[in-house]
Amino acid sequence: MMLLSDGIVIAVTLYFFMRVLRTAPPDHVDEEEANYPRGG
Amino acid sequence: MSAHKESWGSRVGLVLAMAGNAVGLGNFLRFPVQAIQNGGGSFIIPYLVCFLLMGIPLLFVEWSMGRFGGKYGDHSTPFILNSLGGKGRLWKYVGVFGIFTNLAVAAYYCYLESWTLAYVWNSVSGAFSGQSADAVSAMFGQYVSLETGTPIFFWLFCLVINTWILSRGLSGGVEIVSKVGMPLLIFFGIFLAIKGVTLQAGSEGAINDGIAGLNFLWTPNFSSIWDFKVWLAAAGQIFFTLSVGMGSIQCYASYLRQRDDVALNAMSAGWMNEFVEVVLGASILIPISVGYLGVERVIELTQTGGLGLGFRTMPFLFQQWGPILSVLAGVAWFGLLFFAGITSSLAMGTPVMGFLRDEFGWSRQKSAWTFGASILVLGAPCVFFFNQGVFDEYDYWAGTVSLVVFAMLEIILFAWVFGMDKGWYEITRGADMKVPGMFKFIIKYVTPLILIAVFLGSLLSEGGILDKIANKTLHAQIAATTDPTQLEALQTQLLYVNGSRALLVLLFAGIAFLVYKAQVKRERFGRITPTV
Repeated sequence: MMLLSDGIVIAVTLYFFMRVLRTAPPDHVDEEEANYPRGG
Repeated sequence: MSAHKESWGSRVGLVLAMAGNAVGLGNFLRFPVQAIQNGGGSFIIPYLVCFLLMGIPLLFVEWSMGRFGGKYGDHSTPFILNSLGGKGRLWKYVGVFGIFTNLAVAAYYCYLESWTLAYVWNSVSGAFSGQSADAVSAMFGQYVSLETGTPIFFWLFCLVINTWILSRGLSGGVEIVSKVGMPLLIFFGIFLAIKGVTLQAGSEGAINDGIAGLNFLWTPNFSSIWDFKVWLAAAGQIFFTLSVGMGSIQCYASYLRQRDDVALNAMSAGWMNEFVEVVLGASILIPISVGYLGVERVIELTQTGGLGLGFRTMPFLFQQWGPILSVLAGVAWFGLLFFAGITSSLAMGTPVMGFLRDEFGWSRQKSAWTFGASILVLGAPCVFFFNQGVFDEYDYWAGTVSLVVFAMLEIILFAWVFGMDKGWYEITRGADMKVPGMFKFIIKYVTPLILIAVFLGSLLSEGGILDKIANKTLHAQIAATTDPTQLEALQTQLLYVNGSRALLVLLFAGIAFLVYKAQVKRERFGRITPTV
């Protein structure tokens, strides 16, 4: 039971995190975009 | 009144901060104990089903609610819910929960966090070396009884650290701590898990192999799956572990750009929390404890939860590993608990600051130090009257009941008032993954029903909300006591319990008043809530 659940959890966690890393936009913040309508 | 400008520095930083928000002390101290008490290995089945049917949907909902609110310059739940509720004017008062919970939980959580820091120091300074099991256990009792000034020092130090980091902002403070703290936490966790699992009977004073602890934790009792209480426990664990129903996820997500993904980010952060809980959380506390104490003793010690095992027992067990490894293990164990704690407490400060900055135009520094001062005042009763049950009262009402009530109401708002079609559009807009269509059905029908069941279960069960309100357990103890000293102690405890509840009610009312004032201010300045 432990091997099965640990295996599933590790595999799914790595899958999603790798997808985040692969699709991550550049780290710099576009000021215009970052300040997208903020009310006021 | 102009809303403040702030944003995340990077996507990985955001995911780590969200995962850090979810990962808390409960991943290491609560989950393994819940598993033992609810069917061992078979607990994972209701647990993962609840994650799928309640946890993931709530993550999708809270992330997309937050990004939606950010579009209108709202970074805390009162006015995020107000935007979603359209013409319904009362939703902002439901959103009060998202400020109240964070303030009240941070008040006692920072104290808990300070214990971990103090125990890192105790491990390094050799305070546990050469002590007997009873002496190490007694140290914890002396600590919370404030027999020295050390607990106060570490508590204040923790408050200052939290406040200072918050005053540095999201990308300059919270994100940096998450990027450093989460990898360190995982590294410490892997080190202790390997050590725990590879324990060998007869070596370093162990009476069992570490594997015996894993077998004890994971051996399934499939008959427990048909027990409603086990499902309630699994749902409760998913709730607390993901930090849903708090208002902090919405706040973090409100700083996303409108074209940013929420679906993949939510899945990644949620599963990272599951990795820390199911894989690491299950491989440290129980295997090491069973290795040295045996199954029977561990069952006995976990009757009152995992906190005692974590603070009273583990420091002594580490001493069996020799002078150097015991220090390293102590630093790793309490260090990982500290990082788990601080990444969560920082997430509690952000919604409060967001509210003050959005509605009253306060600076980041002013709102951060106001948050720090608030949790100092609110936390003081937990510190000074810990043994009178104040800490537990905060934990129950703010850290348990409020979460369930808020999550139940917010999902009804999202799926039924805002509308599932618009809600689904918000979840899938800009998504970097295909969100399975079944979640549209689950969010609309299944999750609200589960949450209503969890709420009713908590309300009506024995020892539940109604019994708590009536102080049934305390009154029963008072009725059964004949010793005048004990009777006086119990009556004093009753006074503190009711006093702390009154304080929490006052806090909620005070925040609701501030929300009312903010609404008046918005109307005066023409900042009208959009009709969606």
